[in-house]
Amino acid sequence: MNLKKLFIFSTLTALSGAVVAQSDAGYEVPKTEYGQPDLQGVWNFSSNTPMQRPQKYGNQEFLTREQVEEAIAAQQARADAADALAAKRVINPDAPDATDNPGGYNDFWLEVRGLGDTVRSSHIVYPLDGRVPTAVEGAQRQYGGLGPDIPSTRPVRYVVGGIAKEGPEDRGLSERCIVGFNSGPPFLPSLYNNNLQIVQNQDTAVIMTEMIHDARIVQLGDKPELDENITLWSGDSRGYYEGDTLVVVTKNFNGLRQTFNSTGSNEDMVLTEKFTRTAFDNVDYEFTIDDPSTFTDKITAIVPMTKLAGQIYEYACHEGNYGMVNILRGERMEEQRAAEGGSR
Amino acid sequence: MKTIFTKILTTSFLIMATGFVSLQAAAQSGEIARTPSGKPDLSGIWQAMTTAHYNVEPHAASYGPHPRQMGAASALPASIGIIEGGSIPYNEQGRRQRDLNKADAHNLDPLTKCYMPGVPRANYLPFPFQIVQSTDVVLVAYEYAESNRIVYVDQPELESQVDAWMGHSNAHWEGDTLVVRVSGQMENTWFDRAGNHHSYQMVVEERWTPMGANHIQYEATMTDPNTFTAPWTVSFPIYRHLDESMQILEFKCAEFSEEFLYGEFRKEGTPIGVPE
Repeated sequence: MNLKKLFIFSTLTALSGAVVAQSDAGYEVPKTEYGQPDLQGVWNFSSNTPMQRPQKYGNQEFLTREQVEEAIAAQQARADAADALAAKRVINPDAPDATDNPGGYNDFWLEVRGLGDTVRSSHIVYPLDGRVPTAVEGAQRQYGGLGPDIPSTRPVRYVVGGIAKEGPEDRGLSERCIVGFNSGPPFLPSLYNNNLQIVQNQDTAVIMTEMIHDARIVQLGDKPELDENITLWSGDSRGYYEGDTLVVVTKNFNGLRQTFNSTGSNEDMVLTEKFTRTAFDNVDYEFTIDDPSTFTDKITAIVPMTKLAGQIYEYACHEGNYGMVNILRGERMEEQRAAEGGSR
Repeated sequence: MKTIFTKILTTSFLIMATGFVSLQAAAQSGEIARTPSGKPDLSGIWQAMTTAHYNVEPHAASYGPHPRQMGAASALPASIGIIEGGSIPYNEQGRRQRDLNKADAHNLDPLTKCYMPGVPRANYLPFPFQIVQSTDVVLVAYEYAESNRIVYVDQPELESQVDAWMGHSNAHWEGDTLVVRVSGQMENTWFDRAGNHHSYQMVVEERWTPMGANHIQYEATMTDPNTFTAPWTVSFPIYRHLDESMQILEFKCAEFSEEFLYGEFRKEGTPIGVPE
């Protein structure tokens, strides 16, 4: 049973019984030896909830039971179709699919989350319609993805895809192993490796993502502000506890990444994240993006994270980046072939 | 007159020596920080003050790479070394490989490619690192290449699953010493820029002993029958950064290694890097 099937099975099982809230009523948050809310452990932020709310749901933050069952049926249908396609490939590996494209990742890779009973219609909860607000006029837009390259100019601020193949700088930041495709900040649920580990002590909290083994050190207390000339890929994070919530404010971003949703550059972004443990096995992760030079309003999203009884593995992206050599070398060979009169 | 002069010198020396000794004693008797449960608290930002990163064995200063372009800027500093006994007890094959590595060390050193340094090298790089000590785990976050390790304390059931550049770390306390067993390291890491190396079989036992408020005595013993005829040990102090504004910054060197790694496949005439 793969992870996806396990989640679907769990969801169906849960739905057949009584409605169970995601947060345990009366749950008392454990404390560290310093008396702080204990958020430590390995957490998974996989999701099959869309970041933006489908417009048909308007301001409806949670789905009804009927809508959940409809979503499960659709999810099951997609899983069955994928299984059927996989079975067909096993029987006849040479059989092309409808698009003649074998795809980059099969079902094995995809992480999804159980639908539970309090199912959000979108991760974005503000603006209230769950939609990304209007971009400021003139805000930069750059689109990546797994399809063909989309010509643009450097710097490439998105994570996957490319504007060309002339040099490594023409590729997405994750293809260059500089940032993870989901590691943020903020963390955005993605295909796989949606894992992070939190470690706390008296004056520090560390949020370590599996992708790119990025240990973001959150300074608690009165540490002097970082000089504005020191800009960082992951920003500079300062934090404090507000009741049982860890609040992290991050700025000093280097402007070489997008603010959100293929838009902007993040040099003026202030990111506020809140980590609240609502159950033994759940931390609600809320983030608010404030970047007036990119969006006309703030964006707030909530992503639940599930506790994992496992270890974070070392994601040695750069050490194993054979893909970059193949991308560039392949392109040079194509050019040479074309120059010699062949076709690309 | 000579006698008086000698007495003055002797007295001055004794005063200086006494002062030096008492300073040392003061530094060493500083209170060790402790967690609420009474364990030594190793948390803080630390850095070794050694040039062993260039060569763990004793060595004189020497030319660095590209002396015509870089002059003294690339020259390598001398070091008294950090190995107990002075040299690494290689077996014949291990020494032969070390010599091959050394002949082209600047190109072959995994750090030229910005690969993670492994253990113990991460602890004596010329970069700071931060220890965040909790009850069940100790996180060591190295500024260099964002290498980091989770050290599992008193959890022997968590074993190395797959080989990793920074290995798998299990620890326990022996008195005030944190003893860490590092296994499952990739064979690709080196000890320094002089080609000193190991195999996948290497097991490192680290001993982190706080010697006062602001320094830790660090030891690491390497056992690797594939490469060495006997276990060998490095030992050096690690110092706390005291500047209150000190913090770990980013050194995402993947970006800076791209031209070295991929430059031969770059389209001719394409600029390096992104516009400022």
